[in-house]
Amino acid sequence: MSELFDILLTAGFWAATIRIVSPLIFGTLGELICERAGVLNLGIEGIMTVGAMSGWMWVYQGGGLWGGVLFAAFVGATFGLLHAIFTVHLGLSQHVTGIGITLFASSLSYFVYRMLLPDATTPPKIVPFQSIEIPWLSDLPIIGEALFSQSALTYLALLTVPLVWYVLFRTPVGLAVRMSGENPVAVEAQGINVLAIRTGAVMVGSALMAIGGAFITMSWFDAFYFGMINGRGWICVALVIFASWQPGKALLGALLFAGLEAMQVRAQISVGSFIPYQFFLMLPYVMSIVAMIIIARKTKYPQALLVPFRRGERV
Amino acid sequence: MIIEPRESVSLLRASLAPVWAILASLIICAVLIAWAGASIPTAYMLLFKGAFGSSFAIKETLTRSIPLIFTGLAVSVAFRAKFYNIGAEGQLYAGALAATFFGTGLITLPPYLMIPFLILMGALAGGALLLVPVLLKTHLKVDEVVTTLLLNFIVLLVVSYLIEGPWKDPMSLGWPQAASIIDEGVLPTLLAKGRLHFGFIVAIVMALLVWLMMRYTVQGYEIRSVGYNARAAEFSGINVNKTVVMTAMISGGLAGIAGVSETAGLKGYLTLDLSPGFGYTGIAVAMLAQLNPLAVIPAAIFLSAVYVGSDAMSRAVNIPTYIADVLVGVSVLAVLCSVMFSQYKVRWKA
Repeated sequence: MSELFDILLTAGFWAATIRIVSPLIFGTLGELICERAGVLNLGIEGIMTVGAMSGWMWVYQGGGLWGGVLFAAFVGATFGLLHAIFTVHLGLSQHVTGIGITLFASSLSYFVYRMLLPDATTPPKIVPFQSIEIPWLSDLPIIGEALFSQSALTYLALLTVPLVWYVLFRTPVGLAVRMSGENPVAVEAQGINVLAIRTGAVMVGSALMAIGGAFITMSWFDAFYFGMINGRGWICVALVIFASWQPGKALLGALLFAGLEAMQVRAQISVGSFIPYQFFLMLPYVMSIVAMIIIARKTKYPQALLVPFRRGERV
Repeated sequence: MIIEPRESVSLLRASLAPVWAILASLIICAVLIAWAGASIPTAYMLLFKGAFGSSFAIKETLTRSIPLIFTGLAVSVAFRAKFYNIGAEGQLYAGALAATFFGTGLITLPPYLMIPFLILMGALAGGALLLVPVLLKTHLKVDEVVTTLLLNFIVLLVVSYLIEGPWKDPMSLGWPQAASIIDEGVLPTLLAKGRLHFGFIVAIVMALLVWLMMRYTVQGYEIRSVGYNARAAEFSGINVNKTVVMTAMISGGLAGIAGVSETAGLKGYLTLDLSPGFGYTGIAVAMLAQLNPLAVIPAAIFLSAVYVGSDAMSRAVNIPTYIADVLVGVSVLAVLCSVMFSQYKVRWKA
């Protein structure tokens, strides 16, 4: 036990936690925005995959790193638009559409990767985002390395949390988004187009998910592997519920998970001889289910989540 | 744009919906084939020949359709009650674990008892795995989509642990795989050549049984009522929670049998690549079948043909095999659309 406690005092552990949390933040906030507007987006796993592939591929083909992030966001938003056309405009099942988007987006990513790199046996690498040392602050013990010596995308992830909170809770657009997920009829009565608001929210949310995927290939690792998202998208869906649809709580939940993952990698080294590694790898999935059980009785779903809105139809 | 229900939907229109969806998916995938630089008619011809061009190919296509029939049935029963079981992949492996646990020497019975016993154990294991998400849903209102999805990853890690650790076959020359199913438990092959095995007959019988149950029994009626309108079902005296739990047991059981059939019928032993996503493809099967248990059979054979045929096609004209997965994903979206347009009409002006 004391070994586990010692891990908490190492700068490496905290730096890894902040690195691991970044894609979870993008993914969870992206899902949160969609669900706040009343649309469950189970396309997240596939959209993160396609973001990881397209951002990486942009850079590999000679583009800039930020261009890659923008491209990933654009591709993610395009899949978001597809999801919105099906679920918002045609009012089709959000569950089945989302699974369909995930199957489509991830298989298309693999197809495109193989098309462009048919002979690559070992995944080729790019030069990823480098860590930026913030003067003075990065010299602080432990938190210096964890918080102020990260890549630009990690800083962006951390900044996205207050930004999403501000837009959702302090601007008229945010109010319209939240109302679309609670009472779309009331929004329509205000002369605001619910379908447009929901479409926009799903597109922005999907763009964030794709950036989360791109983080993994462009800042955490430097190559694209098959199956690299590995359920992270589903964990984000669980985190949104755990966070009761609050951006601040989403950050806390994501940090808890990232800390757990950083811990398990280190714990494998110290106690790995007694406990098989598979049980460490299971932890995030088991924890996601446990988190949902803990929070289950208290959850207040957005009232209109999963309910398609058709103008002029009585609810 | 105004979408309104049609006054009546003819049988022809309803049954043509999946056909339109398949055509649309083939057209969309044709874009990718053209990008790969192959001729579209040649590529699809090769796909068709690869799946149905010889008796060997047909047998292979039918063999690959067996797990898809089971997972397709599992998904269609669950979705009928609006219970979104996305965990057929995990339940399949649970069934395979049960087959391996009981079928590798723990119990020896004559084949006519051993095979039904393994199938029953696999079904129980699949159902037991789904018991966790369904009870969490009925008692704590925990969303079943996320829990069933996450359990897929957990079960796969359990399988990985067992076949690399306590269950590892010492005769396997270091490969992570479990011991072989004993001869009494192996599903016999049906035809002289090829791999088509007894699982196919079990799958067809199951499809018939599920169809009869859904259509002619009280339980089937209750499952459909809960799916159409759970509140109305509750008011009319149906115990909704009980029905959802029962649905989940049937669904998980069917997916579990897929695992038994793959382990004891096709491979002979448990490995980590037993299923290349049959659980997820089952969703596409069920959607193409419009959740009709009998239609699951042709839908599963069609998607199996896509997989078997695209193997041959991609070898011949150098297209990544992922084209088959793209087609499966597109077909889920396309069938949602085409079924909607068979039931609704769109007016562009008010």
